[in-house]
Amino acid sequence: MKQLIKKTLALIITLFIVSLLAFLAFQIIPEDPVTHLLGTEATPEAAAALRAQLGLDRPALVRYFSWLAGVLRGNFGESYSYHMPVRDMLADKLPLTGLLTGLSFLFTLLLSIPLGVLAGSLRSRLLDNLFAALDQILMSVPPFFEGMLVCWLFGLVLRLFTPGDYVSYKDSWSGCIAYLIFPAFSIALPRVAMTVKLLRGAIRQEMGQDYIRTSRSRGAGRAWLLFRHALPNALIPVITFMAVSLAEIMTASIVIEQVFTVPGVGRLLLASISNGDFPVVQAIVLILAAWIVLVNFAADLLYALADPRVRLD
Amino acid sequence: MKHRSLAIFLAAAILTCSLCACGGTTPETPASSDEIVPSSPAAPANEITVGIAQDLDDSLDPYQMTAAGTREVMFNVFEGLVKPDSDGNFVCAVASDARISDDGLTYTFPLREGVVFHNGAPCTADDVLYSFETCAATSVTSALVTALSAAHVSAEGNTVTVTLDAPNPDFLSYVASVYIVPKDYAGQAAQPVGTGPFKYVSRSVQENVILEKNGDYYGTPASLDRVTYRIFEDNNALFTALNGGALDLVAHLTVDQVNNLTNGYTVLEGTMNLVQALYLNNAVAPFDDQLVRQALCYAVDVPAMMELTAAGHGVRVGSSMYPAFGKYFDASLADAYPHDVEKAKELLAQAGYADGFSFTIIAPSNYAPHVDAATVLAEQLKEVGVTAEVQLVDWNTWVSDVYGNRNFEATVCGFDASSLTASAMLARWVSDNGKNMINYNNPAYDEAYAKAQDPSLSEAEQTEQYMECLRLLSETAANVYTQDLADFVAINPALEGFTFYPLYVIDMSLLHFAA
Amino acid sequence: MKKKTTGINSFLISGAVLSALMLGLILLGLVWTPYSPTAMDGAAKFQPPSPAHLLGTDNFGRDIFSRVLQGADATFLIALCVVAVSCTLGVLLGSLCGYYGGLADLILTRICDSITAFPAVLLALVIVSLTGRGKANVIFALSLLFIPSFARLTRGEFARCRELNYVKSARLMGVSTGRILFRHILPNTLPVLLPAVTIGFNNAILSEASMSFLGIGVQPTEASLGLMLSDSQTYLQSAPWYALCTGGAVVLLILGFSLLSEGLQRRKDG
Repeated sequence: MKQLIKKTLALIITLFIVSLLAFLAFQIIPEDPVTHLLGTEATPEAAAALRAQLGLDRPALVRYFSWLAGVLRGNFGESYSYHMPVRDMLADKLPLTGLLTGLSFLFTLLLSIPLGVLAGSLRSRLLDNLFAALDQILMSVPPFFEGMLVCWLFGLVLRLFTPGDYVSYKDSWSGCIAYLIFPAFSIALPRVAMTVKLLRGAIRQEMGQDYIRTSRSRGAGRAWLLFRHALPNALIPVITFMAVSLAEIMTASIVIEQVFTVPGVGRLLLASISNGDFPVVQAIVLILAAWIVLVNFAADLLYALADPRVRLD
Repeated sequence: MKHRSLAIFLAAAILTCSLCACGGTTPETPASSDEIVPSSPAAPANEITVGIAQDLDDSLDPYQMTAAGTREVMFNVFEGLVKPDSDGNFVCAVASDARISDDGLTYTFPLREGVVFHNGAPCTADDVLYSFETCAATSVTSALVTALSAAHVSAEGNTVTVTLDAPNPDFLSYVASVYIVPKDYAGQAAQPVGTGPFKYVSRSVQENVILEKNGDYYGTPASLDRVTYRIFEDNNALFTALNGGALDLVAHLTVDQVNNLTNGYTVLEGTMNLVQALYLNNAVAPFDDQLVRQALCYAVDVPAMMELTAAGHGVRVGSSMYPAFGKYFDASLADAYPHDVEKAKELLAQAGYADGFSFTIIAPSNYAPHVDAATVLAEQLKEVGVTAEVQLVDWNTWVSDVYGNRNFEATVCGFDASSLTASAMLARWVSDNGKNMINYNNPAYDEAYAKAQDPSLSEAEQTEQYMECLRLLSETAANVYTQDLADFVAINPALEGFTFYPLYVIDMSLLHFAA
Repeated sequence: MKKKTTGINSFLISGAVLSALMLGLILLGLVWTPYSPTAMDGAAKFQPPSPAHLLGTDNFGRDIFSRVLQGADATFLIALCVVAVSCTLGVLLGSLCGYYGGLADLILTRICDSITAFPAVLLALVIVSLTGRGKANVIFALSLLFIPSFARLTRGEFARCRELNYVKSARLMGVSTGRILFRHILPNTLPVLLPAVTIGFNNAILSEASMSFLGIGVQPTEASLGLMLSDSQTYLQSAPWYALCTGGAVVLLILGFSLLSEGLQRRKDG
């Protein structure tokens, strides 16, 4: 229990540092929202007036705390570019990125567990090596290149979907999911490879344990041992890993959203950075970072729950 | 990253009545046809989907818009008392007539009967006065603010009168930029309301902007019921969607994209109406030496560059003027510096750079034609021993560093005109002009330009002075001038009525499906 | 548990062969390319692979094979610098934190945690908007990003070794701290550190490619694999070899080292 409190405290401190970094990082970059909003024709007086209107003339520290106070009350401010509350914009985009993340995670789960079990129980050395080599290759493909390959193969050669012809979830959930299958698949693929590798190793290790060998010598069936004993134990590190990938999937979607032009949080983020639309950038960075920290925290807890031998330290 | 394709268009689209001639509109034979047909066939829905390469993320408020891409869309929503047509002339819009007194000081605009805003309110003289006041007070276009500050607007009954302190031959172009909006309506940035043939319906950030036909339009109503602008902040994605048949109309395509279209679209070719050049900072060494600048002009092979980047499309220019200007455009200046490596080396040696030198070309990363041109020019310069490194910067950085602070050696970009007057292209190179980005300093030029401003000159004499300015720019090799870029439009073959304007707009009200 | 003691496995072999091949090509690219990687030829745009142009030509008629060679050089060099810098600094920080512990350790760990909580691409974007684009800045940004992972790993190892008997006795014998850290403990962390270096190397190649892909990395007059991939996206349909060959080069470059690291790990685990 004491460990838990300590962990939670560390979590809060990390979140605080994250919020500070999220704020400061975009105070020092030279992108100027006023340049973006006013263009080349504006007078210096108009620029100064806008700066004051946006509150950019106040000291950074003052702005940080007023921003933080707003965030804690669920108010992320108003976008410079779109003149609408950041919260509304996020409410618009988060379901999409959430859907993409969820789909990718589902793919990872559905593909990697059976494949991992298969790889772990393969008895042919050749097949095993082949599996491992395929794994290595999949892990070596840069995510965006993989996205391009998926676009090319499924979109342009097989014509299963039209790259870029995204359907909004507001118009049709099924149409949206049909489009997102391909980017989600691209995100999932390298993670499937990693999970399979991990699961294979864990099953191998479990199957080599003394208790399994003893049971085997007593005549227990291999399949029964695999599913009844080895798999549950082997899944423990996999669960943690999956939790961590849940965090990574969200950030992986930043690049994949670019390749597939899914108008989600990632694209909003990149556009807002180049526009100097700080309220949007800060909100997204904070949410993404908080998501990663929280998921990792949950992964730690899950690990401790799943395996009573593990102490939180 | 962000493709604000209007990276280059530095000024707003303000027009005067003077000139005409837009870029040529040569319909090309449709690209080879595949089995896929653009997605929105004529029936049953009378609506189209247009692909655009940037979001409307500056502002929708008519006086706060800065991006040319935003103006291109909102041109269909807002109107002034007068509006430009496709020949560059002004036609009456909210006003039913425009009378200018002989001394050029008084403009009289009787308002058209029955003009109704998109929110249903009738348009009155009060709204017009309000629009002029608000525009003068809040517009982000400084030239417009300056012009309006010298004007006094009054209304009597249904007639609006504008009196000027001094004659201003470009004034009608500014009148066209004062979009008429309903009085005391504060929601323009979120839900714009104007008088145009289309009304704004809704937007979804980074996804789309939807316009609908204005049924109460006083003029010829639009044929299309609904236009959906789909936003692709990535040219590749825009192209893939187009090629997949998801869009009915995409403008500003490159020749590579057009050549790769496999979808049976009709392709139209026009020009971008800008002057692309390798702009040189005349105040920094070695470009403060005219010999070096001339050497660069001889060293580059512009036709070869155009061949490489655009398969030879586009129009070669030799000074700060593009062909749509008609009478000011001197095509012969394009041949002033033929590709001549020996001559270039000789000039460099004369200037004391026999062994060459190195410098950096800055290019706005969001605009592919400029990046491509910079890449090719840098390669060509190697031949004379000059090493050029290309550095990409994003648009905001370009505006503040290169344009604002003039902190650069050379940059490839394009300049267009804020109005179709020669001064819009040439005023900026006067030595003490605030926008003289390249620090051009030539007393002869300043004098010729000043002479051209003399109101007592006849039109021919004035034109002659401007031509002199253009010759001086070429002679002194102010910049390495390259071209006016080709502009390609891909359009659903069932759509008719697409018209090129000499400014950056697409008039949706002229489009209709073939019967 | 059965312990295999064969020092060599098929992963190690195939990884070494592939890496040697790629390294050979990279060295070749430094001294010779079939064409000039920047020479443009308007008459030879978009040629599919042929004996004259092994991997075809691009939108400026440049030889893709020559550009891949040059791009691989650039990418490799960047990755090398990034790993060298971040590993050195990471190990230094991590060893001190791990060995001494205390408040500094606590603070540094929290900062490392917070930094890793940010998407790497995002941090790179921020750093590059501060420092500007270009090769040197990419190296700077990525090095900074990679320090936490090395520091964290080293910290764990040093914290563990601190309590081991041989270190304790060395301390009692009055061996200087620097000597303990780098002569006694460091060599013992190599089995963990070495795979981490190869993985870091791969991540550096991936990140450089991603940054150039997003347009914030290497500048267009220089060739870089990421930049070429980004350019090739436009021509995915009309000239698929451009993307496929360039992407293939990135994959092979990474695959060699990842096989090597897998081999190393398998040897360690037996």
